[in-house]
Amino acid sequence: MWLKFEQRPEPSKTMSYLSPLLAVALMFLSGLILFLVLGKSPVEGFKVFFLNPIKDSYGIAELFLKATPLMLCAVGLSVGFKANVWNIGAEGQLLIGALVGGGLALHFEGSTSPFLLPGMIVAGALGGMAWAAIPAFLRTRFNANEILTSLMLVYIAELVVSWLVHGPWKDPDGFNFPQTKLLSATATLPILLAGTRVNAALLLGIGALLVGWIFMNKSFLGYQMKVAGQAEHAGRYAGFSAKRSVWIGMLAGGAMAGIAGISEVSGPIGQITEHISPGYGFAAMIVAFVGRLTPIGIFFSSLLMALLYMGGEQAQQYLNLPSSISKVFQGMLLFFLLGSDVFINFRLRLVRRRK
Amino acid sequence: MGLNFISSILFATVVAGTPLIIVALGELVTEKAGVLNLGAEGTMSVGAVAAFAVAHHTGNPFLGILAGMGAGILMSLLFGISALTLMANQVASGLALSIFGVGLSAFIGKPYESVALASVEPIRIPLLHKIPLFGPALFEQQGLVYFSWVLIVAVAWFLYRTKAGLVLRAVGESPVSAHSIGYGVVRIRYQAVLFGGAMAGIGGAFMSVFYTPMWVEGMVAGRGWIALSLVVFATWRPARVMIGAYLFGGCMIAQMFVQGSGVRINIPAQFLSAMPYAATVLVLVLISRNRGTIRLNSPASLGQTFLPDA
Repeated sequence: MWLKFEQRPEPSKTMSYLSPLLAVALMFLSGLILFLVLGKSPVEGFKVFFLNPIKDSYGIAELFLKATPLMLCAVGLSVGFKANVWNIGAEGQLLIGALVGGGLALHFEGSTSPFLLPGMIVAGALGGMAWAAIPAFLRTRFNANEILTSLMLVYIAELVVSWLVHGPWKDPDGFNFPQTKLLSATATLPILLAGTRVNAALLLGIGALLVGWIFMNKSFLGYQMKVAGQAEHAGRYAGFSAKRSVWIGMLAGGAMAGIAGISEVSGPIGQITEHISPGYGFAAMIVAFVGRLTPIGIFFSSLLMALLYMGGEQAQQYLNLPSSISKVFQGMLLFFLLGSDVFINFRLRLVRRRK
Repeated sequence: MGLNFISSILFATVVAGTPLIIVALGELVTEKAGVLNLGAEGTMSVGAVAAFAVAHHTGNPFLGILAGMGAGILMSLLFGISALTLMANQVASGLALSIFGVGLSAFIGKPYESVALASVEPIRIPLLHKIPLFGPALFEQQGLVYFSWVLIVAVAWFLYRTKAGLVLRAVGESPVSAHSIGYGVVRIRYQAVLFGGAMAGIGGAFMSVFYTPMWVEGMVAGRGWIALSLVVFATWRPARVMIGAYLFGGCMIAQMFVQGSGVRINIPAQFLSAMPYAATVLVLVLISRNRGTIRLNSPASLGQTFLPDA
């Protein structure tokens, strides 16, 4: 007797919603095992990692603060992923968005114009789009694989940031630290809740989720992208342009990642440094998949992913573990999701082994 | 520019290209079986840290290589379970492996960040290493450099001169036909994936135990991704991998070249560091521009999930 996968007559809707929950449960379970292996009490580890970060209202506010860039990036990426456009360079687009938006603020230093902040956000979006346009152009014009080119541009973006903060944009009064001047209050996103760091970027994030929902579910263009992703030949037969899918998918991802970048710079960080993002652009891919590429799903999965980031910080502080444990959890979560997804199209059958 | 300088440039180019050759050849075999594993970056990272840890604790760099290889195999097994057994999307599974591997290596490697490893003496080929200009680059290298050359020949021979290689390519071109004449597609793909993982692990081991030799978070620095691009650059042919790897190796040591040339050029260090990444993009564009070349040379089923019973 052994187990065998048997194809379902049609994909199970129920399983496609249950699979992310199963993946999260498996992640929690392996978390307990991981703490045990590391010689920590699993109960204590679980408490420190998953419960401590959100035990008070400040913690919950921080959760939303960290979820914001993730939901922004993820909703943008989901547009491309639906059409099988693999933009894996959101991290780089985030950084360039931060540079262009932050650069605008530095250029108009001292300005008190109410247009400065909206201008920075638009500039951030444009910066991210410009960076995403490179792989889009190379893909549509030269057939170059967007996975590899968009990823290479992440490394280049990191080096551009490093060059600017060590060189031309370094704060002259900053004791030689690789960072720019602090942004003025006019160039800083307003705080939503006094006593916390949650800022108006959260509203942008939720707005992006709404726009994403309308685009994918109510617009003809969004429908075309979905068809192109699910059935390439059908899409081509119906006259939907594959090149347009690439452009829209890449630019949506770039714009949202750029907004995420400038939101960090004009939000919790307040200046451009070498540490704008702890890998939000990569984690956002997991957020998008776990959220089933839907805005509602992305909302919840971005909160979960933010919790994993905060848990890592807590684990470093109270369990004496490297904070990179968050990334171990993030990677496990994606693996478990991909594994659980087998049940959408297949079911397990006990079969007798024939000799 | 003296002879010594050119000689050391050649030497450094070969060293920098070596992990790329090893990792790219592993990925080439994987892709020839029709499987796109984007996890090379993560696999290399875990291989590097495992090799470093074992070499540090045992004092034996050879055991380090074995550990790197073992870690690479385990990592690619994760990919295999996801993409082959559970039939998940290969692109997503590979991304998962890269994210997981880079994170895991940072996590495991934390205690080793401040540890130094003794550098390993190169293997000198008698007399030949004294040849001016080329001697040190070709005949005074670490064992893994020689291994990378043997590997090129071995992979080319395996793919094009053995029956097993023919079957592997058949699986990559048309898994359905290979399956229908009785070959175990999933089993063969597993073998190819595990081989790719082993090579990525060895490539990582070379980085941390022989090249630097140290462990720092993020030290693989995109070499896994560059190796993936190299496979495209080489249009899936083993010998061309070597050419590409040394081209990129040369790019990676551009900084050394500029500093040593004595010419005072005011280029920010970051621009030089960006060269290999920019070169990768450029090379991908030049190769992919010709759709026919890619279509002709890439394994026909690359990246597609095989459903055994469909």
